[in-house]
Amino acid sequence: MAQITLNVNGKSRMVDVDPTTPLLYVLRDDLELHGPRFGCGLSQCGACTVIIDGNTVRSCSYPVSSAKNKQITTLEGLGSVAHPHALQAAFIEEQAAQCGYCMNGMIMTAKVLLDKNPHPNDEEIKRALEGNLCRCGSHLRVIRAVKRAAGERVAGVLSNG
Amino acid sequence: METSTISRRELLKGTGALVVSFSLFGPAARALAQAAAGGGEPEAASLDSWLAVAQDGTVTVFTSKVELGTGTETALAQIVAEELDVPFSRIHMEAGDTSKTVDQAVTAASRTIERAGPQLRQAAAVGRRELVRMASEGLNVPANQLTVVDGVVSVNGDAARKLSYAELVGDKRFNVKMQTSGTGWDLKISPDVQVKNVNDYKIVGESVRRTDLPGKFTGEFTYAQDVRVPGMLHGRVVRPPVVSSKPTNVDESSIKQIPGVVKVVQDGSFVGVVAQTEWAAIQAARALKVTWSTPSTSLPANPDELYAYLKNTKSYNDQVTVNKGNPDAAFVQATKKYEATYRWPFQLHGMLAPSCAVADVRGDSVTVWSGTQGPFRTRKALSDLLHIPEKNIRVIFREESGCYGRLSPDDAPHDAVLLSRAVGKPVRVQWTRADEHGWEPKGPAQFISVRAGTDAQGNLVAWDYMERGFPWTESAVNPLLAGRQIGMKSVNPGQGNGNAGGGEAYEFENQRVVAALIPWSQDPPTPLRTSNLRAPGDLARTFASESLLDEIAADLHVDPVQFRLRYLKNNKRVTEVLVAATQAAQWKEHVPHSTPSSGAKAMGRGVSISGRDGTVTAAVAEVEVDKSNGEITVKRVTLAHDCGLIVNPDGLRNQIEGNVIQGVSRTLLEEVRFDANGVKNLDWVSYPILTYRRVPDVQIVLINRKEMPALGGGEPSTVPVPAAIANAVYDAIGVRVREVPMTPQKVQALLRSKPAAQSA
Repeated sequence: MAQITLNVNGKSRMVDVDPTTPLLYVLRDDLELHGPRFGCGLSQCGACTVIIDGNTVRSCSYPVSSAKNKQITTLEGLGSVAHPHALQAAFIEEQAAQCGYCMNGMIMTAKVLLDKNPHPNDEEIKRALEGNLCRCGSHLRVIRAVKRAAGERVAGVLSNG
Repeated sequence: METSTISRRELLKGTGALVVSFSLFGPAARALAQAAAGGGEPEAASLDSWLAVAQDGTVTVFTSKVELGTGTETALAQIVAEELDVPFSRIHMEAGDTSKTVDQAVTAASRTIERAGPQLRQAAAVGRRELVRMASEGLNVPANQLTVVDGVVSVNGDAARKLSYAELVGDKRFNVKMQTSGTGWDLKISPDVQVKNVNDYKIVGESVRRTDLPGKFTGEFTYAQDVRVPGMLHGRVVRPPVVSSKPTNVDESSIKQIPGVVKVVQDGSFVGVVAQTEWAAIQAARALKVTWSTPSTSLPANPDELYAYLKNTKSYNDQVTVNKGNPDAAFVQATKKYEATYRWPFQLHGMLAPSCAVADVRGDSVTVWSGTQGPFRTRKALSDLLHIPEKNIRVIFREESGCYGRLSPDDAPHDAVLLSRAVGKPVRVQWTRADEHGWEPKGPAQFISVRAGTDAQGNLVAWDYMERGFPWTESAVNPLLAGRQIGMKSVNPGQGNGNAGGGEAYEFENQRVVAALIPWSQDPPTPLRTSNLRAPGDLARTFASESLLDEIAADLHVDPVQFRLRYLKNNKRVTEVLVAATQAAQWKEHVPHSTPSSGAKAMGRGVSISGRDGTVTAAVAEVEVDKSNGEITVKRVTLAHDCGLIVNPDGLRNQIEGNVIQGVSRTLLEEVRFDANGVKNLDWVSYPILTYRRVPDVQIVLINRKEMPALGGGEPSTVPVPAAIANAVYDAIGVRVREVPMTPQKVQALLRSKPAAQSA
């Protein structure tokens, strides 16, 4: 066991865990953050995606010790039901989910995409999300939501973008 | 809609478990839980079992129908809000807790809106009638001079004289008995009560937004995977790598270096580990050295062996859907004869979240949290497993990922109770991805033979359709995986895999449609155990029937839409849905593959219809086939859908989009691969599903029939997809793909064998 300080969603958090523990379990079990989700533990589906220093990371396969001194953002760090981030608001607007279990990965991946490319076309959105699996088949709605978020950012309709 | 936390604590007092991470238990729930504490679950005949009005005006609706990601919770809430005349936002759904709801049967078979909708509507109508009666007394005005708007009863022409629902019954019980008959799906409530005229609907029929989605986009939603209980430990089950075998040696010393391991549990061939942290449980399950015996059974060694078994093994049950005229004689006498066989493999439900449950077994008292589609079914199964009376078991539903039937037989609670019982503490069990791919009950494989004949005028006069498939070994009464591992035996050979889609929508002079069940191994469990997978069996059956019809139309040089319409003269709804789909897709009448493309990539269009429990659909698929490598790309699917009255149009569209995409995935990519020892595709790389790159456009036409009851929309729109694709592929390149998945290798092989006639 080791004491590790993590910077999660702008706050400093101390955990006492086996340093080889994948970050996902520390976020979920020790810090009670349920945005990142367990889907495969193999970096294959994307449900566990978090943002570390501006890039998407599959937290199921990322040792917590590697996250020291880095900025970790989870889905909770974007916004809340009361104050949704522009992307979250766009997903609500498009009703872009069925079960919603994969949507953490979709939204976090889209966040990084839009940060780097504020006006992606359909092909760029599909390419960015290609590695995120959705079994319910909500892909078309997700694409529309990402486009909506990109568009509304430009228009300044939604804050928090 | 959230109410006080005091009541939540009181509610949970005495259950032996305090749940940290969810709320939404109102005073009404408390009242009801108190009622239930007197003995078992609430009575169907009591209005209080269905509805409770709080002092803040919130209406809690109690239902054992659960949200599986398809939006039915929102739709059911709309139905109640409509009938009760309260704003939609005031409805709170309390779903799937066996101590607080009436058993309305498993949430499955696209029957939630069709069956539970009327149950809740009737209860709400009784509630409204009762509230108006109470207001009539309170205001001293006859009921026929009262109006209800947004949960407020007021006097016609004197709106200041009013009483709200909260004032009338807030936090109090109705104490009203209702007339009921039947149980589960067939439960009928107060058939005598006057319900609203459909033309007065204001909430039903609107695209009300899903109530569960915002929290799912922010991390605030509580899935079963997120349930945490004080003192909870983490468990993992160690399953044999191949077909069922027994542990001959479990070497506990192999994990002694892992800190936090609490116990290794062994019971028969069931082996599990319990640890203080999730990571310790994962490491221990991986490291635990178990020696497994040589299995006593083996699987078929390859698909050919599997299909030969299906073809040659005597069936134990033949379900005859249609038997008209003399198909055998008509076939013999036919001018032209057509025969073909079709193969459909085992497929995965492929839940994005592997199975998960939390169980707390304290002596003879059990509490379980899971995503089960049937909380009461799970309660009964756990009672059989543990030999603890059902009344001592409380199953609390918490949503998991979309499951498409997989959680009708919900395994994880069985694992969790065995581990919890062994350590005397609450245990959370999370399956691994390999566990889920390897051991989930699969959608059964099917082998279908169809023969048909036409007369000299080109009329289809003989239709002889025979499906041979496996039952669901995981039927409602059979033990599940853990139960079989501790030695429980199956009590029946399994449940049928449905029988729709064999061409029964059409009228042919001589017609026989049969679904035959072939026995399949159950004890000991194999990784090819089976259960209901979305639209059970219908995709394969429709693939076969609609493919052969297309083949006959092409051979007779008739447009396949016109050919179908000839035999649908007495089937108005299928006719209309087919016409609607083809019009929206701008279908141009043509004989399939009559104008072949000469380029490397060929485009084609194909059509299919389907019917399932009253809901009818038609699909037009547009595909591009790369002749150089055999790859099929589905560009667009146009789908017309008639499920009677539509409750929530956007919710229905959402479901249809998903069904079409999942249908394309199952058609092009999905097959459980196995050999004699077990399942070979244990992750998403070896069992690929459709990704963004290959997702088609989906165009939807909704037909709303206000004159009809609301029927199911959960599954039917996935059914016509495989046949529409197969027919589009023929249109493009002139070959008939008769086996799913339609891989590039299969298409290439068919192209190579062209133009020689394809064997049946």
